[in-house]
Amino acid sequence: MALYSEKVMDHFRNPRNVGVIENADGVGEVGNAKCGDIMKMYLKIKDEVIEDVKFETFGCGSAIASSSMATEMIKGKPVAEAMKLTNKAVAEALDGLPDYKMHCSVLAEEAIKAALKDYYDKNGIAYDESAFPDCESCGHCQI
Amino acid sequence: MKIYADNAATTKMSQTAVEAMLPYLTECFGNPSSLYEAGQKAKEALETAREEIARIIHASPREIVFTSGGSEADNQAILSAAALGEKKGKRHIVSTAIEHHAVLHTLKKLEKQGFDVTLLPVHEDGIVRPEELKAALREDTCLVTVMYANNEIGTLQPIREIGELCKEKGIPFHTDAVQAVGHLSMDVERDGVTLLSASAHKFHGPKGVGFLYARKGFRLSNLIEGGAQERGKRAGTENVAGIVAMAAALKEAEANREATALRLTALRDRLIEGLAAIPHSALNGDAQKRLPGNVNFCFEGIEGESLLLLLDDRGICASSGSACTSGSLDPSHVLLAIGRKHDVAHGSLRLTLGEDATEEEVDYIIQTVTETVDRLRSFSPVWRDLCSGKSPFIL
Repeated sequence: MALYSEKVMDHFRNPRNVGVIENADGVGEVGNAKCGDIMKMYLKIKDEVIEDVKFETFGCGSAIASSSMATEMIKGKPVAEAMKLTNKAVAEALDGLPDYKMHCSVLAEEAIKAALKDYYDKNGIAYDESAFPDCESCGHCQI
Repeated sequence: MKIYADNAATTKMSQTAVEAMLPYLTECFGNPSSLYEAGQKAKEALETAREEIARIIHASPREIVFTSGGSEADNQAILSAAALGEKKGKRHIVSTAIEHHAVLHTLKKLEKQGFDVTLLPVHEDGIVRPEELKAALREDTCLVTVMYANNEIGTLQPIREIGELCKEKGIPFHTDAVQAVGHLSMDVERDGVTLLSASAHKFHGPKGVGFLYARKGFRLSNLIEGGAQERGKRAGTENVAGIVAMAAALKEAEANREATALRLTALRDRLIEGLAAIPHSALNGDAQKRLPGNVNFCFEGIEGESLLLLLDDRGICASSGSACTSGSLDPSHVLLAIGRKHDVAHGSLRLTLGEDATEEEVDYIIQTVTETVDRLRSFSPVWRDLCSGKSPFIL
């Protein structure tokens, strides 16, 4: 059996929405190079809808695939809906990830939420702090 | 193009070795402990293999114990020396920070049992210094264990000098020679080695078989209790076919060793030169004092697993010291030991060329790695920060 599903390999080989958005409405970066993964998400938001999303990732195959899939799942969606994206949904959409790679999907969720938080902060929109998990929550770096 | 460049992980069996082993899987299947002809034939083959291996490493046949591979040989060597030391009240072992886990984890186990272990650092070149080793020796040192050549960065250790030091002090000296046997000239007399581990699948023999050389007079203790095989030092019916194939593979490797080393060294240097042209990259380990086919690089701003997957797509089999390929959080202990930062160690690539490698293949590897590193850097936030000056380049 291959290490990754066909879907993971497809998103890894041909990542969607790669790049940068200049003057983005929200930018989020999570992870650290010491642990081997960093994800950065850029959002263009108009009328509370995610018009465009781009990402940059330093990391393994599943980190790149998770970022790619997560961007596809929120593109064109209302902000409120994007806020509901879970790492589980990302992993499922990829037809699963190996157990020790689940933290890659957690990073993707967190990167999007970090970018949304940035958008709320920039626009003075009130939000519930508890909706934003901190990076420590996945426990990967405490192995 | 399909290029297997992971020969330090394992090698393809040579045709000679395959042919040598087949009769012992079929018509000559007897148990060497049986007294009828089929058994005695197997026994004869076993002893011929022992003689051939002993001759190549300049040992006597009685000093060779067949094992299931390098890890078993390492475990048995170290635990035997520890048991002997303990009897004399000596509980100190000297080793290095870049040993294989078969050695490091055995030493960890001994530490829990009250042994004191000194792991010598290696310098940036990935080589341990004999004078530092000498300074670490104590009255209660019962073993020095230093690998012959490193499995990740290929660096050759000053085995002869260490052997001399140990001889002077009367301390048993073990070397994990898994990456060296079949590739370098082996001489346990010249090198002053007491114990030496080897594994067949690293020199085109089969997996699951290896040997331990133990100098005459050194008393091995058993890892596996049972029958009286291997002069009582390793119970279990011998892997006759595997052992015969191991000897055939080693004999063949030895016959071609010098010519192969010359050719591979030239290809290795060509590969190193080509990859060094990638900006912000660095060779890991000394450029000259390394195994003929070993190339190991770090590329800043990318992660090793994604590099391996993309190289695999383009037909190149390689490996990496990235944490993502090891299943743990930390990147390779060897890369950290030579002073590579975590961030950089995640972006490592090991290419180990086989005997049949060609210039054309090496050029294809250079071109493919260059393009793939570029591609991964093009969407790496780490690379962006380095290029924009937000964080400083390390390499």
